[in-house]
Amino acid sequence: MSSTTRIRELAVVILILVISVIVYIGKIQGWNNGLMFSPAVSLTVVIVIFLLLLYILLRTLQGHLIGRRTVFLFVGLAVVLPFFMTLTLKFRVSPEVQQLYDALSELQPGSKVLVSFDYDPPSAPELQPMAVAFLRYCLSHDLKVIIIGLWPQGPQQANLALEDALKSKEVAAKKPEYGVDYVNLGFQVGNEFVIQRMGTDFKSMFPKDYSGTVYDDLPLVRNVKNFSNIDYSFNLSAGYPGTQEWVQVAVDRYGLKMGAGNTAVQAPMMYTYLNAGQLVGLLGGMNGAAEFELVTNEIGKGTKFMLSQSFAHMIVIAFIIIGNVAYFKSGRKKKL
Amino acid sequence: MEHVAVWIAAFLTLGIISFLYKDNPWYKLSEAIFVGISAGYWFVVLFWDNIYGKFWVGVFPPDVVDEAGNFVSHGVPDYALIVGAVLGVLMLARLLPGVGWISRWPLAFIVGCTSGLYLMNYFSSNIMRQVQGTIIPLFGIGYGASVYEIIGNIVIVGGTFAGLVYFFFSKEHRGAFGATAKVGIWVIMITFGASFGYTVMSRMSLLIGRIDFLFGDWLGLIK
Repeated sequence: MSSTTRIRELAVVILILVISVIVYIGKIQGWNNGLMFSPAVSLTVVIVIFLLLLYILLRTLQGHLIGRRTVFLFVGLAVVLPFFMTLTLKFRVSPEVQQLYDALSELQPGSKVLVSFDYDPPSAPELQPMAVAFLRYCLSHDLKVIIIGLWPQGPQQANLALEDALKSKEVAAKKPEYGVDYVNLGFQVGNEFVIQRMGTDFKSMFPKDYSGTVYDDLPLVRNVKNFSNIDYSFNLSAGYPGTQEWVQVAVDRYGLKMGAGNTAVQAPMMYTYLNAGQLVGLLGGMNGAAEFELVTNEIGKGTKFMLSQSFAHMIVIAFIIIGNVAYFKSGRKKKL
Repeated sequence: MEHVAVWIAAFLTLGIISFLYKDNPWYKLSEAIFVGISAGYWFVVLFWDNIYGKFWVGVFPPDVVDEAGNFVSHGVPDYALIVGAVLGVLMLARLLPGVGWISRWPLAFIVGCTSGLYLMNYFSSNIMRQVQGTIIPLFGIGYGASVYEIIGNIVIVGGTFAGLVYFFFSKEHRGAFGATAKVGIWVIMITFGASFGYTVMSRMSLLIGRIDFLFGDWLGLIK
């Protein structure tokens, strides 16, 4: 690599750093109050991106191929720009989300809901909005929430979700009390064997809660012996152990009523459990989170992120078309 | 401290994203930090939760005390845990030349136990319940399903059957059998396509999460 290129790259990095420092100081000082495009500018941005894609398609038809960095740039723009747009996206609630909500709304006040946080920070963008919306709904409808985690960082994610849920006006009005209205029993090692043991004795798996309080000193769980004392359960899962293990042990063996929120990668595999009636409902990925926010009338990050998600998908579809055009145009099919 | 944490997180996030331009020292540094911290974190978690939390506390339980801290009784040790610990130690025999074969014993124990435990779970949940879920009414007198539901049921039953036919290799895929297998491979491909779509959504969600952090939590540009 020539020294000129290296100096140019270094200059770009320094420029980004300087801009970031200025913007950050602006945030602290208060003269950076965030950026928001007007509807006209938002629409113009969308049109410009569409025209640029059309231009790339025409260039491809003429035999000029684009580099991978162009694709990255467009995907990046498609994800970043919608954060500043004032456009609203309309979507409808799918049957699996509606089913989950219906099962939840049938619960009487005071019903005990078990929520298992089986994920860690890398999956938070998808699952955290679901967790916040779910906890917000439960706590504002007098449902008692018992939190556990089969992943070490699950209970910490639960605390973050609780923090957000407790900020809600509806929840704050109910003045939920720790140990009485909700409890975080923490993490327990052992994967599906923890679920199996919970089928006979919760206390043996969670003798103390997240902060070290003894099980019997927590009024909410004092009389909870096993799954027969739980009215509804919700599993937030990003892999193993997760929804599959909960279905196999808690649902099929102990008859627990369960809904699930999954990362989009594993959601397609869970539809079989949904169709067979082993799950009462399913939230799949960010889309599922946004739909649940819509059905519970609690707009949060899931809905906010959906515009970026939709834009990014459109860009991916556009580049799949452009890629196929390039593929057939270059005559590679004949060579294969 | 909060400012330092957010800047470190932003620095490392940008370092990983910089790989999209090309492989570079900033990316390598971020990657090495990520791998190192992950390994260290999991070592600590597994040590304290398994070796200490389960084994040590199980075999050498603390004394039971009342709320005032007065001695009530000795804890009841669970010596069965020593069997598991010994099997665990035997697993490390693989690292010793000459006695590596001993590690096959705990491995055989794990494989045997896992197979036995999983067999029933999978057979019940992933085979019997799925077969049951596929035996659904298509149409009939008094069956009050909508046209869409009936079409959906036909697709599930027909798709499952065609998919199974594709994996039946004892008979040559010709004629009506071959045509059914062809339908089966289309069903499988459509399933893979749906999975791919969901995977794209998942990966985009991760990117959106990072962008939200960079432009929101870090720079404060998102309202």
